[in-house]
Amino acid sequence: MKKTFKINDLDCAHCAAKMEEKIKALEGVANANVNFIAQKLTIEAADEIFDEVVKKAALICKEVEPDCTVVF
Amino acid sequence: MNRKQKRILLRIACSAFLLILALVFNKIGLHEIISSSLCLGAFIAVGYDVIMKAVWGLRHRNFIDENLLMSIASVGAVFLKEFFEAVAIMLFYQIGELFQSYAVNKSRKSIEAISNIRPDTARVVRNGETLIVSPEEVETGEIIKIFAGERIALDGEIIQGETSVNNSFLTGESLPKDVGVGDRVFAGGINMEGTITVKVTAPFSQSSVAKILELTETSFENKSKSERFITKFARYYTPAVVITALLIAIIPQFFINDNRGEWIRRALTFLVISCPCALVISVPLSFFGGIGAASAKGILVKGSGVLETLSKCDTVVFDKTGTLTKGKFTVKEIYTEKINERVLLAVCAAAESQSNHPIAKCIVEASKEDYKRFRVNDVREISGKGIIAMIEKWQVAVGNIKLMEELDIAVKPTDKTAVYVAIDQKFAGFITVGDTVKEEAKEAIAKLIELETEKTVMLTGDREENAGEIAELLSIDEYFSNLLPENKVEILENIIKDSEGKVVFVGDGINDAPVLARSDVGISMGSIGSDAANTTADVVIADDDLRKIPIAIKIAKRTTEIATQNIILALSVKILFLMMGIFGATGMAGAVFADVGIAVITILNAMRSMKAK
Repeated sequence: MKKTFKINDLDCAHCAAKMEEKIKALEGVANANVNFIAQKLTIEAADEIFDEVVKKAALICKEVEPDCTVVF
Repeated sequence: MNRKQKRILLRIACSAFLLILALVFNKIGLHEIISSSLCLGAFIAVGYDVIMKAVWGLRHRNFIDENLLMSIASVGAVFLKEFFEAVAIMLFYQIGELFQSYAVNKSRKSIEAISNIRPDTARVVRNGETLIVSPEEVETGEIIKIFAGERIALDGEIIQGETSVNNSFLTGESLPKDVGVGDRVFAGGINMEGTITVKVTAPFSQSSVAKILELTETSFENKSKSERFITKFARYYTPAVVITALLIAIIPQFFINDNRGEWIRRALTFLVISCPCALVISVPLSFFGGIGAASAKGILVKGSGVLETLSKCDTVVFDKTGTLTKGKFTVKEIYTEKINERVLLAVCAAAESQSNHPIAKCIVEASKEDYKRFRVNDVREISGKGIIAMIEKWQVAVGNIKLMEELDIAVKPTDKTAVYVAIDQKFAGFITVGDTVKEEAKEAIAKLIELETEKTVMLTGDREENAGEIAELLSIDEYFSNLLPENKVEILENIIKDSEGKVVFVGDGINDAPVLARSDVGISMGSIGSDAANTTADVVIADDDLRKIPIAIKIAKRTTEIATQNIILALSVKILFLMMGIFGATGMAGAVFADVGIAVITILNAMRSMKAK
């Protein structure tokens, strides 16, 4: 499954790059892309674990940039 | 400016005010405590969140980020009793961040404008009832109504009403187009004047606007070489600088006995300059601006990498039919022997009136209402050759040269594509048909040459004569005719091998997909193009206007230029200040100022790419 989420208050380009790297490294993630300028997060992962992966990704976002929130 | 930004601006203003007060009080000789407290106040006002984020970052074992660097630098300054500097550091940093966030938001708005074209509702008429539904729920063939001022929800044909429509999202044209019964309208356009009733011709997911939205959403996964360089650079740069800063702080301590504070200060300065923010923001921003500028003209570029490759192209290869030409046959010439031209056309059209062949259809169209006056009987279609029919009292045969040979009728031959007409076994004349070159084609090619395109090439499956004619008309350097789809890919590969720069291919049909994929940049004609072509292409021209191709190349070149300027500027200033920092030629505040200054300059430069000409 591949889905795109909006991220609010993503203000730091460096953070976006870090988030993308960390989410890509998560187990089960086939591909991930954080678009700093469009403020969008795209995750591609197997259907069964998709929801879990998304939750972990949201946590990673918070860790890297505490101000930003992922919109579900 | 949004709320968050306004708050930060307020904090900056307060802090600056307090700092100035502190400076003034210090100058006029008031007790140090007063100015120090003011400084403290200023420091907290402007810097509290930076320090909090730095702590948060450490707790989560994060990479060393700007917040940490700035905090270390400013707290370090406090320990060195440089209170003014400490505040200045935080102040300049926040100003820089605010500016960055403002610029990024502005760029985002221009791309979001594209997302806002999504129509949310459709007014459909079902079984006499008018319902408001979401556009995805309307099926082809249903009837929808659009009132003045509303956004058209689906692609369709007007069956009632007249109005003018604003399709600027698709074509970049802000001049509204007048439309009436029989005209096509597109989802996403704005109905300006009157109510229209439209018969839906495509479901929402296949409408132009849905395709455009999808394209813009996926376009950012394609990164340019410059952007990838920046990402790699930042990854090595930051730790390298931090380590160097530590070395600067520690090593001299062993050799030089006095003025230890000085080296720590220099290390801190080094840290402060180390922020690669200007670089990391301005390069993607430049490309982003370029993509936005292209979208505003109805040119959908599927990523920064595409823009970069496009800027390096020196050869443009065109498919002929449907790309350089309109893809529709029209009647060109009518030659007659002893009969009136209009009558010949009408007779021919009458005979072909029931055929589905594109040539037949175009002859019928050319004849307008005339052919209907004739009574038609006994129509016999001979596939591959033509039609024989009784028109009034005459036996009429219309078709290609093979039909005439079979019927043993001597004709005046022509080597153009023609329909020969024989009436009562005697040759009456012929009608030549051909494709029409798009009006803008010549201008487009002329502009390409202006942009220093080395070579233009045309590929077609059509005959040599037709190809040659068009190539000459449009001043195309080289052409290849009689091609099968497989041949096209082969020829393109040869062209790629021979050319120094990148090769662009422009096409529209299903059979162009392999060539679009193989070329360095594939450009497809968006609205008449097949889905396969649009999906495979790297650039889609929404309104099929060939003149957009040179415009796209111009935008690409400009954007890449700006990105390169930014990289060079940012890197050289950084290195300069890093050197100055090591040798103590600049203080921490100066370093932050330079950092902010460069960020501002590169961001302003990047925003230039948003303006298209």
